[in-house]
Amino acid sequence: MRRILFESIASRPLTEAPPTADDAMLAELARKVDAAARRRLGRSLSIREVDAGSCNGCELEIHALNNAFYDLERFGLRFVASPRHADVLMVTGPVSRNMREALARTYNATPDPKWVVAVGDCAVDGGVFAGSYAVTGGVKSVVPVDLHIRGCPPRPVQLLQGLLALLEKQPG
Amino acid sequence: MTIADIIHGERVPAHRPWPRLIVQRNGWHFAGQQLAEGHWTLLGLWGDTGAVHMAVLDERAADAAVLTLECTETFPSVGAVHPPAIRLERAIRDLYGLEPAGAPDTRPWLDLGFWDVAYPLGSQAAPKPCAPYAFLFTEGENLHQIPVGPVHAGIIEPGHFRFTANGETVVRLEERLGYVHKGIESLMTGATLDKGARLAGRTSGDSTVAYATAFAHAVEAALDAPVPLRGQYLRALMAELERLANHFGDIGAICNDASFSIMHAQCGILRERTLRAADACFGHRLMMDRVVPGGVAADVGAAGRTAVSALLAEVRRVFPQLVELYDNTASLQDRTATTGVLRVELARQFGAGGYVGRASGRGFDARRTLSYAPYDELAFDIPVLEAGDVNARVWVRIREVEQSLALIDQIMRRLPDGPVLAPVDPVGSRIREGFGLAEGFRGDVLVWVRLEGPRVVRCHLRDPSWFQWPLLEAVIEGNIVADFPLCNKSFNCSYSGHDL
Repeated sequence: MRRILFESIASRPLTEAPPTADDAMLAELARKVDAAARRRLGRSLSIREVDAGSCNGCELEIHALNNAFYDLERFGLRFVASPRHADVLMVTGPVSRNMREALARTYNATPDPKWVVAVGDCAVDGGVFAGSYAVTGGVKSVVPVDLHIRGCPPRPVQLLQGLLALLEKQPG
Repeated sequence: MTIADIIHGERVPAHRPWPRLIVQRNGWHFAGQQLAEGHWTLLGLWGDTGAVHMAVLDERAADAAVLTLECTETFPSVGAVHPPAIRLERAIRDLYGLEPAGAPDTRPWLDLGFWDVAYPLGSQAAPKPCAPYAFLFTEGENLHQIPVGPVHAGIIEPGHFRFTANGETVVRLEERLGYVHKGIESLMTGATLDKGARLAGRTSGDSTVAYATAFAHAVEAALDAPVPLRGQYLRALMAELERLANHFGDIGAICNDASFSIMHAQCGILRERTLRAADACFGHRLMMDRVVPGGVAADVGAAGRTAVSALLAEVRRVFPQLVELYDNTASLQDRTATTGVLRVELARQFGAGGYVGRASGRGFDARRTLSYAPYDELAFDIPVLEAGDVNARVWVRIREVEQSLALIDQIMRRLPDGPVLAPVDPVGSRIREGFGLAEGFRGDVLVWVRLEGPRVVRCHLRDPSWFQWPLLEAVIEGNIVADFPLCNKSFNCSYSGHDL
């Protein structure tokens, strides 16, 4: 273990430079997010991830945000274990009917002010799963959504861009 | 003797590559007995309009078959004699309304009472009022229950676990799944092959290559469609990259559940490097939609080849140090060794695939036993251990990483020139059926399709988790609650693949 630790100290960090926030996502947020609430929370946000019927592809890439290359916590963003600790709900999946109530309860358990980020193409409108008896019409059909991060699944860099947009000041 | 020689039934003409036989009730009973006595292994059990199908495997003869019983309302329960069938039959009842007569467990499984329709693939009746789910009974002094989920504490999929514990010791775990049921099989009906492949590739995102490959195998078998050799080799390259990425992620995550975070960080780096190599080769980190019926949708260029050789060199430099670290850290071994033991007999009875089966003495691997191209031309070992604990499931993964590296070496060395795709273009409206298997990182994925010309009439996808989830309930018994995350991660069953 010592050798691995020494090697880590001697070598340069793997962590990559942060991407710039995505313009389209900034615009979407500018319409929705209350500037006062954002000031109150500063540059630190706690995120609760909720899988509402995803294929688990989005979860894999959300996990990757914690690895040495993307290192989410350097931005003041971290994943927490309970909605009671969260400022942001990050929701994946088309919202299966079997998860609708659990998602609504998780939303209600999250204290205000709170934002909902819907991740993945199927979270937008059901995507490839739209039209099934077992899914609703995406995250916004169950809880209000502040930001969509598209992709199937979105790359970690795209996820970072979306989350950084949450931290950025609103244009104007 | 093949299964078709042993069992009497009417052979369905357009079903490939293994036969489908329409059997009578005595044939269905006989098959149930063969399973119960351990002569055959259950590969799958699913519903259809007016019928139930059972896929069985004779491991010693490396032979498989689908047995069909035509029925309108009820069929004789296989679960009554062979417990691995119980949850599959509960799912058949929920989706098709076909009752398994004599079934030991009559509770719903996938229908949690939130759909607008009952029996969505069958009679599509009005939904019934939903009674509260009756969890299994436990009795004794000082027992308490811990309900967990469906929303869990980590970044993982939803499901409900009901623990009954006596102090720290788990007396019973009962799983309740179905939360991520998306109705994939209903969406398959009427889908084009293109849409079908996209759906199959999103049944369980971590196994997208395995699912797309199994779907492609089934479609190609049905249509008797050839796949160019280079396409077959690139499928194997994708499959081994997928296996590497998932095994790195799992080895790190298991150690992390024992709070040994240096392994998690280091394995996370290897996983990320693997996904980046996959991206360089195929333009998608998880390689979604790259395996299609007829071949593959992306070719590897010079940049991809360079990325793969750089990945292999880096893994060979770093991974042995991590294995040594795992092996020489007593506090970590203390958590994984003798924890969550799966008995050899249970693994065999349930036909557990992947590292779950192979850590408990069951060496089945679809790349070998019902082999498909190009694995029939490649040399590899299937690591099998007997201990059945979390430690053994880690070691099987470690050995499989080494085998995957050797396989990728061979694939890159032998990669033939030529086209990667021979587009399939079924004309007319003939009914054709196919059955495909592919070995994913978690075990064998089964896909069965019935095509009418270029459209899917019916498609069933069976995740390896169906035969692993019930075993997780068995291995946790007598372990402490704090070791559940280790046991669970060492199984790493798919919720989405199971719930469909």
